Amino acid sequence: MPTEKKRDVFSGTPTPSSPKRSGRRVYMVSGGVTKFAKAHPGMDFRLMCKRSFDQARAAVPNLTLDMIDGTRISYFSDHFTRQLKAASMVLDYIGLNPRGSVRIEWGGATGGECIQAGYEAVASGRMDVCAVTGFETMSRVPTWKGNEFIALASDTNFDFPLGGFYTGYYALMVQRHIYEYVRRKKFAHIKDEREAQRKAIEYGTRVMAMVSVKNHKNALTNPYAQYPKDLSVQDVLSSEMVSYPLTREQICTMSDGAATVILTNEERAHELSDDPVLISGVGCGTDTMRLADRPFGKVLLMPHEKASDYADLDYPGVHSFRAGRSAGMEAFGHAGITDPKKELDFVELHDAYSSSEIQTYEDLGLCKYGEGYDFVESGAPFLKGVDYGFPTPKAGMIPVNPSGGLIACGHPVGATGIMQGVFAFWQLQNKIAEKFGSPRLQIANARRGAIHSHAGTGSAVTVTVLESTKRRSP
Amino acid sequence: MTGRKLFKSAKFQEVNTAVKKDGAAIFVDKEGQENLIIDNPYAIRYIHSYAEDTPFFLGLADGKLRGTKCGACNYVFATPRGNCQFCGETTKWVDLPLRGKVHTWTTCHFGGEAFLKETPYNLAMIEFEGANSVLLARLKDCKEEEIYVGMPVEARFSPQPQFSITDIWFVPAGAGPGQRSKK
Ligand SMILES: [Zn+2]
Repeated sequence: MPTEKKRDVFSGTPTPSSPKRSGRRVYMVSGGVTKFAKAHPGMDFRLMCKRSFDQARAAVPNLTLDMIDGTRISYFSDHFTRQLKAASMVLDYIGLNPRGSVRIEWGGATGGECIQAGYEAVASGRMDVCAVTGFETMSRVPTWKGNEFIALASDTNFDFPLGGFYTGYYALMVQRHIYEYVRRKKFAHIKDEREAQRKAIEYGTRVMAMVSVKNHKNALTNPYAQYPKDLSVQDVLSSEMVSYPLTREQICTMSDGAATVILTNEERAHELSDDPVLISGVGCGTDTMRLADRPFGKVLLMPHEKASDYADLDYPGVHSFRAGRSAGMEAFGHAGITDPKKELDFVELHDAYSSSEIQTYEDLGLCKYGEGYDFVESGAPFLKGVDYGFPTPKAGMIPVNPSGGLIACGHPVGATGIMQGVFAFWQLQNKIAEKFGSPRLQIANARRGAIHSHAGTGSAVTVTVLESTKRRSP
Repeated sequence: MTGRKLFKSAKFQEVNTAVKKDGAAIFVDKEGQENLIIDNPYAIRYIHSYAEDTPFFLGLADGKLRGTKCGACNYVFATPRGNCQFCGETTKWVDLPLRGKVHTWTTCHFGGEAFLKETPYNLAMIEFEGANSVLLARLKDCKEEEIYVGMPVEARFSPQPQFSITDIWFVPAGAGPGQRSKK
């Protein structure tokens, strides 16, 4: 709080743990994903999971069912399925009884967490091959009831009764983000407080709209995406206001979908695939469920930052995702990455809102805190060779959400983080042209990428680093 | 066969309407597959306990806003917690001022299904002098274009408390009497 002097005890978290490298090396050897859609009334969750699992199996023909030691299965909400223990029914369908399994749920980060659960099963030596499958069927209730279900993942004593609406929480967060970094920095020269704030919001939302344009346009050649769209900044800004300043085109939708990845140890990886992808870093961070409980302390610094950069910043407050920073630091430390913007070739991150994509650039150290808007305007997270309708001078520096992200692909919660894994896997295998039917989204020579999965207001975040292991001629 | 004639369509919206009306209908998907869709309502009454948060909600009914304070590190939580998230000590109840400032805000034009009839409504996180954290509440009696970060606000309490966080809301400071607390 501005009234309170910052004290170490309130900075909130200890430095994320030092890299742990004691486990076995874990590889991704295959992936599958259903098309994400508003509704798949012709498939229930069992069949969606089976379809994505079959697609993953087909890509590694040497993998027989009896080689799979067990599964990790994810879905977010029991309310949507109205079927408790749905993971057992997935297991029945993919035919992996009586081998070990467990259901993973971690809010919006459910899919990312499930990949890390599979990673742990293999890294620990408990399994040699683990199938990781996740789904969500959100079409089974009307949209606004679905919003209510999602908001039950906020404190039901203090938060839910005020509106039962997650978009409202993210709007609160980005309003403060804009205040901290646009009003107090870029518009510091404007004396009239209310005029300065209005101008700051206007600027911030225009940049947020550029993110929405990027993700919708990227998805134009992703056949798995739910809402590929050719939009302009103006189209995004003039779409229906949902929670000020977030308009409809800046918000992901509810979806039906499933995704699967197959994880395995080093020996099996090379038996099954001539192009396995190494999981070189895993990280997970958490924060308070209630936004109101977030402390006002010091930034968890990454190597490109100094304490003096943030002398007058209360962190994380409600403007930044401390869990994302913590997850990034753990994963990058594990992977030996010190400068993610230079050492990663792309990032698939959890853009449930255009605002949270900008906040996440900063958490992950693609730029410093407060530089997210400039980062977008520089063009750095855009794809090279795509016309977005505005200048993107640094396009290709570090493409973010080349697949289209959640905003354009959809967000069937338990599948989303795994879908990111599948798309990243295909990027690193240089197979986007084959899988998407167009080479437009293939990042040339992509060797290392990160996927990022995020739960309600940043209460939990996972970051996983994936690396190509095959030598390719350029 | 005792055939029951069902509405059949390839348009999901039409099927949805028919399900609401007749309890069942058939959706024909792109592959021509017929999918039987049924109405499946669900309602439940929870016997919810506020447990250690109880004094806060009883306080609202009495026109009092209560936070908690950690005796060990002196942190004051404007949204009360039974224990300190920094040092783990049990907290004690303290009265918070009924005036504060907007820390951040939004106007919601939609909401969860149960709240759609209340749209548009404003949400704000409120800072208080002497408190280290903030409180999320509704902000009333002002329009989207009038709200700003730092705006002084004051509390109002419902004269008919429902023992919910909605028993308190904030209005612009000095905005007139509004709905006073019963005390
Ligand atoms: Zn304490």
